[in-house]
Amino acid sequence: MQQKIRDIAKALLLKKELDLIIGFGEGSLPLRATPIFVRTPEEADQLVWNSFCENNLATYLSKFSQLRVGLVVKGCDGRSVTALHLEKRFRNHPVFRIGVACQRMVDRRKVRKAVKGEILAAYEQGDRILVRGKDFEVSLNRGDFLYPSCRVCTRRTPSPVDVLIGDRVEEIPLIETHPEVAAFETMSPEERWRFFERETSRCIRCYACREACPMCYCRECFVDNSHPKWIEKGLAPSDLQFYHIVRAFHQAGRCSGCGACERACPMEIRLTYLTQRLNRDVKELFGFEAGIVPDAPPPLSTFDTEDKQEFIK
Amino acid sequence: MKLKLDKKDLRPFWESLMADYDLYGPVELTEGVSVFKKIDRPEEISPNVLNTQKPAKDVFFPQSEVMFRYEEAGKRKEVTSFEELKRKRVLWGARPCDIQGISVIDHVFLGKDYTDVYFQRKREGTTIIGVACDHPRSTCFCSSAGGGPFLRDGSDLFFVDLGKAYLVEVLTEKGKAIQGNRFFQKAKKEDLAFAKEVEKKASKELKPTLSLEETEKKLDQLVESALWDRIHEKCLGCGACTLLCPTCHCFDIADESLNRCGQRVRNWDTCLSEIYSQETSGHNPRPTVRERTRQRLMHKFSYFPKNFGRIACVGCGRCILYCPANFDIRQVIEKINAN
Repeated sequence: MQQKIRDIAKALLLKKELDLIIGFGEGSLPLRATPIFVRTPEEADQLVWNSFCENNLATYLSKFSQLRVGLVVKGCDGRSVTALHLEKRFRNHPVFRIGVACQRMVDRRKVRKAVKGEILAAYEQGDRILVRGKDFEVSLNRGDFLYPSCRVCTRRTPSPVDVLIGDRVEEIPLIETHPEVAAFETMSPEERWRFFERETSRCIRCYACREACPMCYCRECFVDNSHPKWIEKGLAPSDLQFYHIVRAFHQAGRCSGCGACERACPMEIRLTYLTQRLNRDVKELFGFEAGIVPDAPPPLSTFDTEDKQEFIK
Repeated sequence: MKLKLDKKDLRPFWESLMADYDLYGPVELTEGVSVFKKIDRPEEISPNVLNTQKPAKDVFFPQSEVMFRYEEAGKRKEVTSFEELKRKRVLWGARPCDIQGISVIDHVFLGKDYTDVYFQRKREGTTIIGVACDHPRSTCFCSSAGGGPFLRDGSDLFFVDLGKAYLVEVLTEKGKAIQGNRFFQKAKKEDLAFAKEVEKKASKELKPTLSLEETEKKLDQLVESALWDRIHEKCLGCGACTLLCPTCHCFDIADESLNRCGQRVRNWDTCLSEIYSQETSGHNPRPTVRERTRQRLMHKFSYFPKNFGRIACVGCGRCILYCPANFDIRQVIEKINAN
């Protein structure tokens, strides 16, 4: 797969069809890949593909909107591109999608927590992950360390794409419901609030969740707006909660469920239980999933007399 | 003077400190995520945390701090300021890099030009008990940044982990106020020898690998370099690296007010945010992530050394560990140095 990505990137850059290809390169830390920006055929040899390609690269599209960009996309990243296209984000150039059928990504933090001592190197060997530290070496079952959003994923093969690398994969989820959504649903309203309160209380307002998300492209985010001032900038619980509620709501009908927000958070705040649950609501209420049908109207931006309205009381 | 504290006495020791001081220490908020905070119960402290997510600067320069409250009721106008400390403080468990970070911020808040009373009161009223780093991480580069895993500068008392006990070194007058604590014992000769061993081992593990002295000179030549066109590419423009940095000290002041009362609050800010440099006219001198990333590096390795004679980086590795895009400052420095 990795070689194919490199070959295709090289060919595209040689033909000068694209200015830039955004893909993954070797990370500087074990269990990590890092976004790389390939501009010459020679640089294409730095592209890698492995189970640590956790970022949603579609978030970089707004930064490079003046260029003809090729983007390496997993299923979820491809959905974000489709959703962005629907929101008319690509006025200059369409995005060239180099699709990769995804093997589901590995949760680096879960791996780190499973071993004692610092991991200095990590390798994939089939369905095992080999991790090595100063005085230990452990082989772990890859399947036990996948991100929750990857375990529930049913769209691992990106579509539509301009070129697909790897065969289409069978689209069956490993588990039916996101485990944290399931746990959240068993809670009483008071318990849910306490959980939300506890998670958001760790927020340091770095906005990594916002910046990692391809759908958070507003020219001015409501938290940064000072006229009117919607929100204060400190750590008052109500401000932290306000930010996280609005962030999640702004994703309704737009979120591909990639999990990039949660992966980006340095304080490990649980975020996807909210967005994944909203995704399910939008699916049940409007029969809509973000980024699947390229020209289906986004339900929260359109009005239909047949829309469900039982929730309006 | 060299003392010793049995690990089984650690909690009672903390408790005894709490009788005279507000105690601050590393607390794990959820598995793998910790911060320094005020301790209510000694069992909250996680003594083995190496580097908390939020650095110890939070104790002296809190992320969000009320400076004063104001209120108008009829003809009565009242302003209440919050600069005074109600109680003396002890910070336990900060690692040498974090303590060095506080000394770096001293240049700004207690420098020649300005004295920040909010910072000053906390600084003067706090006794720092540093804990040596016997197992530095692979992302640590303190020894390249003018520090080291056993750097004692800035600590009033210094603990070295001996396995079942800590060796306790009393370093300053402030430290002496605690040396009489009933849980301290006299250190034995073999404890001192063992502590030396640990120190030697850790220092060997952390040989300087980056040459940060030349970075300043290089940067001076690179302000308009095309290098910046590439360095910023993967930066998402969030503020995780700067907020979690022990030396970053930018802040924003806001009035949180309603009707005729309110409070003036000082919050951490970050040069990576677009609105940080947004001017009232609408012009932004740092319009894209490219200029903002450059600012972050320039401030750390060029402007700060010019103003204060040392770099604004202590090599703690937090920005490397917590960057969502794996932007690695070590690689960037190497790129700059290679220019």
